Amino acid sequence: MSSSFIPHPSSFLLSVRNLKTYFFQDEGTVKAVDGATFDVYPGKTLGIVGESGCGKSVTAQSILRIVDAPGKIVEGEIVLTRADGSQVELTRLHPDGEEIRAIRGADIGLVFQEPMTSFSPVHTVGNQIIEAIRLHTGASEKEARQRGIEALHSVGIPKPERRIDEYAFELSGGLRQRAMIAVALSCNPRLLIADEPTTALDVTTQAQILDLLRDLQQQRGMAIMLITHNLGVIAEMADEVVVMYLGRVVEEGSVDDIFHAPKHPYTKALLSSIPSIESTPRIKLPTITGSIPHPYNRPSGCPFYPRCESYIQGTCDAQEPALIAVNERQKVSCFLYK
Amino acid sequence: MIAYIVRRVLLAILTIWAITVLSFLIIQLPPGDFVTAYIATMSAGGAGITEGEAQALREQYGLDQPFHIQYLKWMGLIAQGNFGMAIEWGRPVLDVIGDRMVLTIVISLAAIVFTWALALPIGIYSAVKRYSFLDYFFTFLGFIGLAIPGFMLALIVMYIGFAYFGASVGGLFSAEYADAPWSLERVWDLITHLPVPAIVLGVAGTAQMIRIMRSNLLDELRKPYVMTARARGLSETRVIMKYPVRVALNPFVSTIGYLLPYVVSGSIIVSLVLSLPTVGPLLLKSLIAQDMFLAGTIVLLLGVLTVIGTLISDLLLMWIDPRIRLGRQ
Repeated sequence: MSSSFIPHPSSFLLSVRNLKTYFFQDEGTVKAVDGATFDVYPGKTLGIVGESGCGKSVTAQSILRIVDAPGKIVEGEIVLTRADGSQVELTRLHPDGEEIRAIRGADIGLVFQEPMTSFSPVHTVGNQIIEAIRLHTGASEKEARQRGIEALHSVGIPKPERRIDEYAFELSGGLRQRAMIAVALSCNPRLLIADEPTTALDVTTQAQILDLLRDLQQQRGMAIMLITHNLGVIAEMADEVVVMYLGRVVEEGSVDDIFHAPKHPYTKALLSSIPSIESTPRIKLPTITGSIPHPYNRPSGCPFYPRCESYIQGTCDAQEPALIAVNERQKVSCFLYK
Repeated sequence: MIAYIVRRVLLAILTIWAITVLSFLIIQLPPGDFVTAYIATMSAGGAGITEGEAQALREQYGLDQPFHIQYLKWMGLIAQGNFGMAIEWGRPVLDVIGDRMVLTIVISLAAIVFTWALALPIGIYSAVKRYSFLDYFFTFLGFIGLAIPGFMLALIVMYIGFAYFGASVGGLFSAEYADAPWSLERVWDLITHLPVPAIVLGVAGTAQMIRIMRSNLLDELRKPYVMTARARGLSETRVIMKYPVRVALNPFVSTIGYLLPYVVSGSIIVSLVLSLPTVGPLLLKSLIAQDMFLAGTIVLLLGVLTVIGTLISDLLLMWIDPRIRLGRQ
């Protein structure tokens, strides 16, 4: 692998280096993830934030090796530390092999944005939760059912022994997402990947689900990789934040640094476009000029330069900035900090 | 749920009644009646028929009475289990239809089994391995299957079977069993004759069904529940067979209802070419002869089969799809 790698830190749970996942289509190649680098530590929450289409979800799918065709990981390393301390390089595993399947659901749980469509419409919630438990623990049908009921109970679903035999469409949106979390956590994963877990829910339910995730994290000491476009959710939940733009990490740092001392022009622009209760009323909310480039037509150099206020002609459009440390806690990919 | 079933059954009965009126009406619609057709046949053969004889025939079959009286008489007979005489055959309608109906159902089932056994696996393969060589290959074959008219395919298969394999083609029985009473040997003879008509009758349906299965499954494969199933660590085969295939199969259950009538009425020409002793050619003949009791009974039978088939497929759908069973009413 490339020698320009930032070395894997010690004691990481998941370490992603220079991940590139491309979709090869007749019309061209979509570089959905184009050199993402970040780490997840045990028991901590990593927030991944960015606009739609910046490669957040594909990053999550790449980690689990469930990227749909024609998507493919073309480069990079994803190293996972397992419960016994051994480390696995996930990109080297066969995507339908036994090794990765033993990790999916057991070491890493996944929660999706849309709880309605994340469950099969013709199988009960219990069927799907019991299936996962039996697959990873070899428990009997009866034991697995008992554990399934406990899992539903642990995410605050009332009357779990009845709910387990219901279908997802019989549950309310909030309960559905709780059930989804129960399925993802049924085998006690050490990492939970939550891909926009609250986007499809109403605001009150959103807060409840976030509280639930935080409680579960404290009880179980699991790490969470929280993918969202909502900076409010990030501020509330994350320890570390990764800001992505067009498949790349543009800035990485602790949640305080990102919100109080953002370095990258994109992060700054994102933060200034959030309406605040303290801002002057009746003025136009700042927005980022331009729009996300078409995936087949990515700009050369820094992908953000056409929309950037600090664009340096001859540099930003010619070379690609690397993710470099600007201080002990923060890394930025921008020529302003060279 | 029980209320739903009761309502459906009552509606089915009402529909069947409407079918009796309509089928009787349709048969009566063309100008002339059985006697006109009979006279035409007789004079074509050189034997004339007098006006008096024609009148006597009309009176004998009640053809001189108004429409609604004829209809009521017909319904009265049916209520007693008597479907009237097949005038042209000189035998009761049920006698004429009986054996042919059994053979029709046997052939239809064979064609359906052939269709499903071939179309479902190919459809699943084509969807899962979309744009692969075999997907294009099956698509190509499928369109050829759709484009070739059934009777043409029947002729080709018969020719190949006869010229290269010396197989006795056409019909459902070898000569020695054609009019023999039912026996094990006769059943075996029937089974060996089944593949050719089953394939000919099933090809177009197979091609169509591959396309439907492929597009149904492609829709389902894109749904998030497939990805979450994968994320639970299930093997790819199990993910696909348990979830999207299961959902993609549901629409097929709703087609069970009209499969049988389709095979009967959609295959008349093929049945004629293959000289199959099924109901299709019989219906055609009876319509040409304006044999209203025979034609009426067949049309009525097809209608009833459709209604019952649809009822069964609706109940089946309710059973296999919880969204229908438990959906908000």
